[in-house]
Amino acid sequence: MDPKLKKTKDSSSNSANSPDSTHSSFPFPDEVLERVLSLLHSHKDRSSVSLVCKDWYNAERWTRTKLFIGNCYSVSPEIVARRFPRIKSVTLKGKPRFSDFNLVPQYWGADVHSWLVMFAKVYPFLEELRLKRMTLSDESLKFLATSFPGFKALSLLSCDGFSTDGLKAIATHCKNLTELDIQENGIDDFGGGWLSSFSENCSSLEVLNFASLSSDVSFDALEKLVRRCKSLRILKVNKSISLDQLQQLLVHAPQLIELGTGSFQQELTPWQYEDLETAFSNCKNLQALSGLWEATSLHLPVLYAACASLTFLNLSYAALQSGELAKLVAHSPNLRRLWVLDTVGDKGLEAVGSSCPLLEELRVFPADPYELDLHHGVTEAGFLAVSHGCRKLHYVLYFCRQMTNAAVATIVLNCPDFTHFRLCIMNPGEPDYLTNEPMDEAFGAVVKTCTNLRRLAVSGLLTDLTFKYIGKYAKNLETLSVAFAGSSDRGMQCVLQGCPKLRKLEIRDSPFGNAALLSGVEKYETMRSLWMSACNVTMSACRLLAKDMPRLNVEVMRDEGSDDRQADKVYVYRSVAGPRRDAPPFVLSL
Amino acid sequence: MENSSSSSIVSTESEKNSVLNLKETELRLGLPGSDFLGKKAGTGISLFGKDLKNEGNNGFSQIPLKNLVSGAKRVFSDAIDGSGKWGFSMKGGSEVDLGNGGSENTNALQSCLAGPSGKEIGNPNPAKPVEEKKNENNSTAPASKAQVVGWPPIRSFRKNTLATNLSKNNVVEEKSGLGCLYVKVSMDGAPYLRKIDLKTYCSYAELSSALEKMFSCFTIGQYASHGLPGQEHLSENCLKDLLHGSEYVLTYEDKDGDWMLVGDVPWEMFTDSCKRLRIMKGSDATGLAPRAMQKCKSQS
Repeated sequence: MDPKLKKTKDSSSNSANSPDSTHSSFPFPDEVLERVLSLLHSHKDRSSVSLVCKDWYNAERWTRTKLFIGNCYSVSPEIVARRFPRIKSVTLKGKPRFSDFNLVPQYWGADVHSWLVMFAKVYPFLEELRLKRMTLSDESLKFLATSFPGFKALSLLSCDGFSTDGLKAIATHCKNLTELDIQENGIDDFGGGWLSSFSENCSSLEVLNFASLSSDVSFDALEKLVRRCKSLRILKVNKSISLDQLQQLLVHAPQLIELGTGSFQQELTPWQYEDLETAFSNCKNLQALSGLWEATSLHLPVLYAACASLTFLNLSYAALQSGELAKLVAHSPNLRRLWVLDTVGDKGLEAVGSSCPLLEELRVFPADPYELDLHHGVTEAGFLAVSHGCRKLHYVLYFCRQMTNAAVATIVLNCPDFTHFRLCIMNPGEPDYLTNEPMDEAFGAVVKTCTNLRRLAVSGLLTDLTFKYIGKYAKNLETLSVAFAGSSDRGMQCVLQGCPKLRKLEIRDSPFGNAALLSGVEKYETMRSLWMSACNVTMSACRLLAKDMPRLNVEVMRDEGSDDRQADKVYVYRSVAGPRRDAPPFVLSL
Repeated sequence: MENSSSSSIVSTESEKNSVLNLKETELRLGLPGSDFLGKKAGTGISLFGKDLKNEGNNGFSQIPLKNLVSGAKRVFSDAIDGSGKWGFSMKGGSEVDLGNGGSENTNALQSCLAGPSGKEIGNPNPAKPVEEKKNENNSTAPASKAQVVGWPPIRSFRKNTLATNLSKNNVVEEKSGLGCLYVKVSMDGAPYLRKIDLKTYCSYAELSSALEKMFSCFTIGQYASHGLPGQEHLSENCLKDLLHGSEYVLTYEDKDGDWMLVGDVPWEMFTDSCKRLRIMKGSDATGLAPRAMQKCKSQS
């Protein structure tokens, strides 16, 4: 093997690096290295690869085609453009997660436009764009639609600032669109006309999800679209599509892998009912089912035939009762993921425990989050029942009104493989309802037993002990969400000092102050971000942090009418791009 | 649809009642199970002024106003429109006009009243108030509790969707988890009974046409087995039966053991409370025949 490296085409744009590359003892020519690295897809792996040496850094940057940016402000479009020349797919995330719960004011930022402008210049062959919690305008969407001739896939989750006019632009101009996935955005819905803007030549759609839009679309246009897109695998329609319309769509698309139904409540004649049943039973490849708005026991049976192959059932918009759920899951033995509303009650969850031994993920949402009455929803009994029957459970999101330490301890004994444990006891500061003690031991049990735990959300009455446990045992923890918990700075300090893999820490309404904030001074650069709101942090501590750590952006938002010294909302994140240049007046960059 | 719950009752009816003093025979439109007919001020109009059973045992389970309106849908009026063999029909829309058009509606209804309207509901007994209370809680919940911003942590889209689901929630809770609902159907004079699954029908129209197919062999007359489906068939049957001096009425036995006229209540409520069906000869039903004749005449 020739120990000398061949000079490659990229050395010209890499003048700073070229002198070093000749000294590398790496025997493979660049082309081989690039070929090998192009097989790497995980951005984490690529990140590690790029740190090995300059050659590998170069080879990696030339072969990266998928860009993942977890915090749009951690880097700038210019830096990205300089480093990566060949990007085809971009995932960008913007606002802090608590913006989903109205804790971040409007016009905070995370506007995608400057990114799009850069992409148009440097990545004209961009094919995919996935945005989460970003702001984008209709103009941006139009710009996107007209600037990238090969554009294929657009996915918008929890974004805001645009309307259906923007969607119209996408449908009109993107001739090769394969994916349009619109989920839970703050979108202005001016009508369903956008769907009719798909050209009659467009037959490339594989993914179409407009379940979260409210207005009626032209069924005729939709039917024609579904008919000509033979590769359609994911179709999620909105409430305006009725059951008999759904049946007509299914007849054209029995190859669907994921289906989101429209409204599941309609008077059907027995013949229509039968046709619908037949249509569902013909969908032999169905793996995921969602939608089911207003589903009632009358129509659920049409699904039974399709349930056998289901691995994901999303009933979180269907207020089912226990009996209805029991019947449905009895037909779905292959379920891996189940999302339900708490109307199914503990009894419904018992049925899940006995019918779905392969279950890996369970999410139980509250049908009436503001209802304090304990007779609604689910309790520790339901969770226990699932844990008894579903030993493979590793992801849970559970909203309940009461819980006990003992129950949680048993649950994690049954299911020690939890990677994501998100428990939300809805009344803030609620103790163990049987013993009246704090819920410290519950989360202690979770972190002690579940050594693979990556994500944890705590709730209920919690003292610093919980955080001591977390710091001591949760060695793989990456994301921690805290609300109305803890007794002193010590709690937060334990977490910052004890969790080596911590990346995201979000805290609200907890008694952690300056000492806690500053104890993490060296930690924050190893993390993506820290959010603290309604805690006891002051402006002076924030300024200190900002001064000591130039590569951290420390941003403060103050609530109206609050003390000048209080830092009501603090958002700290690492960045190589320096302080934001687009911060609105209410965001103080320190 | 937003339902303003029981607080939106308008009180024109009670005044009317006392003035006319025709409570016993007055035909009023009303929501089954409502207790405002006697006690509270009338909500709109009730169809039947008097309960058949003297105990005043209201055969229907108390269903909150909210449910009824949202549960009624179009099934009710569309299916029973005009011919109303099984019940009354309402001009326009499916929702009960809550009192505002009081007098007009009464008149309109009286004229198109179904013949066999012998079963009278009505004098109200306050049945179980539980559901209603729960409803009130739900409808006022957000305003009365102090809510923490962004807590519980649920995304806006889900929150907004669930809020609209809430009003329909109770309708869902009313339904049992049964997959089928077989009830016996007897016909006076037939040698054997039949059984049907109520869950396979979605409206009174479907039920009645299914029953007709099932029992047509027992009816006498040339026009029995053919004729157009729907209303015309009904009126032919009606006429023919009339000629032979009998008229059939569909009644059912509800959870409380009372025999009720089919068609008074929204479909879902009917399927929930129906235990068995009986196709009764008109002559057996007290006071039915005269009106039946009237109705059939008006249709021909």
